Amino acid sequence: MQPTTHAFPENARKALSDERLQKVLAIAPAGFVNRRKQAADRLPEFEALRDQGRDLKNHVLANLDTYLEAFEAKVTGQGGHVHWCRTDQEARDAILGICRAANAKTVTKGKSMVSEEIGINDYLEANGLTPIETDLGEYIIQLRHEPPSHIIAPAFHLSKKDVEGTFRQAHTDLPPDRVLDDPKVLIAEARTVLRRKFQQADVGITGANLMIAETGSTVIVTNEGNGDLTQILPRVHVVIASIEKIVPTLEDAALVLRLLARSATGQEASAYTTFSTGPRRPGDLDGPEEFHVVLLDNGRSALLGTEFQEVLRCIRCGACMNHCPVYGAVGGHAYGWVYPGPIGSVMQPALLGVKEAGHLPNASTFCGRCEAVCPMRIPLPKMMRHWREKEFEQGLQPAAMRKGLGLWAWFARRPALYHAATRMAVRALGALGRGKGRFAKLPLAQGWTQYRDMPAPEGKTFQQMWAEKKGKR
Amino acid sequence: MAEKHPAPRVGLFVTCLVDLFRPTVGFAAVKLLEDAGCTVEVPSAQTCCGQPAFNSGDRRTAQELARNTIAAFEGFDYVVVPSGSCGGQIKKHYPELLADDPAWAARAQRLSARTYELVSFLADVLGMTDTGARYDGTVTYHDSCSGLRELGVKEQPRRLLASVEGLTLNELPGAEVCCGFGGTFCVKYPDVSNRMVEAKTADIQGTQADTLLAGDMGCLLNMAGKLKREGSAIRVRHVAEVLAGVTDTPPIGEKA
Ligand code: SF4
Repeated sequence: MQPTTHAFPENARKALSDERLQKVLAIAPAGFVNRRKQAADRLPEFEALRDQGRDLKNHVLANLDTYLEAFEAKVTGQGGHVHWCRTDQEARDAILGICRAANAKTVTKGKSMVSEEIGINDYLEANGLTPIETDLGEYIIQLRHEPPSHIIAPAFHLSKKDVEGTFRQAHTDLPPDRVLDDPKVLIAEARTVLRRKFQQADVGITGANLMIAETGSTVIVTNEGNGDLTQILPRVHVVIASIEKIVPTLEDAALVLRLLARSATGQEASAYTTFSTGPRRPGDLDGPEEFHVVLLDNGRSALLGTEFQEVLRCIRCGACMNHCPVYGAVGGHAYGWVYPGPIGSVMQPALLGVKEAGHLPNASTFCGRCEAVCPMRIPLPKMMRHWREKEFEQGLQPAAMRKGLGLWAWFARRPALYHAATRMAVRALGALGRGKGRFAKLPLAQGWTQYRDMPAPEGKTFQQMWAEKKGKR
Repeated sequence: MAEKHPAPRVGLFVTCLVDLFRPTVGFAAVKLLEDAGCTVEVPSAQTCCGQPAFNSGDRRTAQELARNTIAAFEGFDYVVVPSGSCGGQIKKHYPELLADDPAWAARAQRLSARTYELVSFLADVLGMTDTGARYDGTVTYHDSCSGLRELGVKEQPRRLLASVEGLTLNELPGAEVCCGFGGTFCVKYPDVSNRMVEAKTADIQGTQADTLLAGDMGCLLNMAGKLKREGSAIRVRHVAEVLAGVTDTPPIGEKA
């Protein structure tokens, strides 16, 4: 997927004027927010679990190589294969190679953000294969040729009506006069169509919410059970996972799962939590003949030891975007690539570079709501600020802003001059604004006055009035 | 408290926006502090806490301005700020900004430990329960983000507002959601900021309150500016003005 992150302001404007999208955004995030809050309130130790989650991931990141190698040894020992991939291209090639070796035509897919990150669907299609998304939301947006707009709810931006239209267009073999106005009916229709695909698939690709070093298992959570069918029915199961998803033990996995479900959907546990440990063993009733784990780095290891390391604690729960007022205003597509919301504003500059993604860490008020709910206590605003520092160092910010702030700082370093200058400015502005108490227009303040009035200053600075008062005392 | 101990010496960090736009808030703060038995001083070497530079990625300028503020406020028992965001800058971010500066790290820590946002200082440190003020009106209150999430300012203003005679508080739905100000954010991304403040003013109007209060001038200028552009008659004031009973100046954005 070609990023349009550099065009964030235009993307945002488009999203803001999209009435259909705005209707969805006016309702949907609140549901997530309420459910998460209720789930957190129901569990007295929730805040303590967040501390444990943070500490666990910090430990993992400090020992990443050890745990990944232990994981590899386990997977291999159980007859599986691990493919180490430095880049997205290496991961695409690894997956294509596995599909070719399996003589695959149809590939089913469970939901995976990493697979979006490497753009595997387009790549497989370009190479003559047919990838089919089996998560309902992913299936819908695949039919619409759209990227996901939310990391756990890919079709977040769509209404029931939109989905109905999409199904009518895509499922042309079904009677055109069928009634499709109920979500249950829509789900049943998707289920029927997907059931056939599951049976045809030669390879199933899933992501991994977790990898467990001590058992060599990968774990997915879903609410539809599509992941299980994706990984059990085909002959070959490919797991695509990024390296930071590793945890040492089953207990650690349980901790992350408790945090994940509550933070993501407000559930105590997702409907399906599925552990995959190697290929089918003699005597097993089902399971794939081949089990592959494609381990993706794609710039993550370069964040280790930097001010961005903590972002690798992320478990992709989506809580940060559900609580983000900027995401709530513009939706996920405005972010222009795979990861939207606060986590995207920190990850996308890392994955795409600050030149492409520099807007995102700037398009934040630092309101801090994301950090307040992040189960892994990732200081997202602080990391966005670090990206702004990188931009500042590279001189990438708009010249007018640099100049304005520079001038401000120049005065602020010189208190006497500062007070003299502000006194004059405030007197002039105060006199101009006295008539109405506010300005509808002000030179140099168009960004402000385009949408709101500028309250007029009272006419004197506090420092000036204080000095006058002190003089009198 | 004032009888038993010598009066606490408080340095008031005015903040640029109060200094420039609304001295009334500064005087309300002084009144509240003096009435509670503090001696208040306003060091004239103070300018800006450096937050605009800090949040624009200009760490070096932010550090210089931090040192300036630290030097200006050494020697007070407490430093009080009528803003959660400037207060948060001093309390939370100065220590981090100067952590690697051997000459300043400890001084930053010391200032941080003594610095408080105004309303939480009154309620938590001075133990104020009754302001003795009067305000005839129905108010609603917006929780400014930095005060709320960096400094834990949430029930203190409500507790004190409850003591103001004649005042009814109608809670604002989504009071904890950002108003869209965000410093330079509101001019860098005006369209997004506008959507956020639009949602906020709709919620404010929905409360049927005649007055909007908050603890941060940035948010107040933003919300007042939007309410006035929409033609709303809702009066906008800093919470300190009502707590101090200093409400004879016109509300924010209104003519005298
Ligand atoms: S940054 Fe935190 S809140 Fe956001 S997706 Fe990751 S874990 Fe969840």
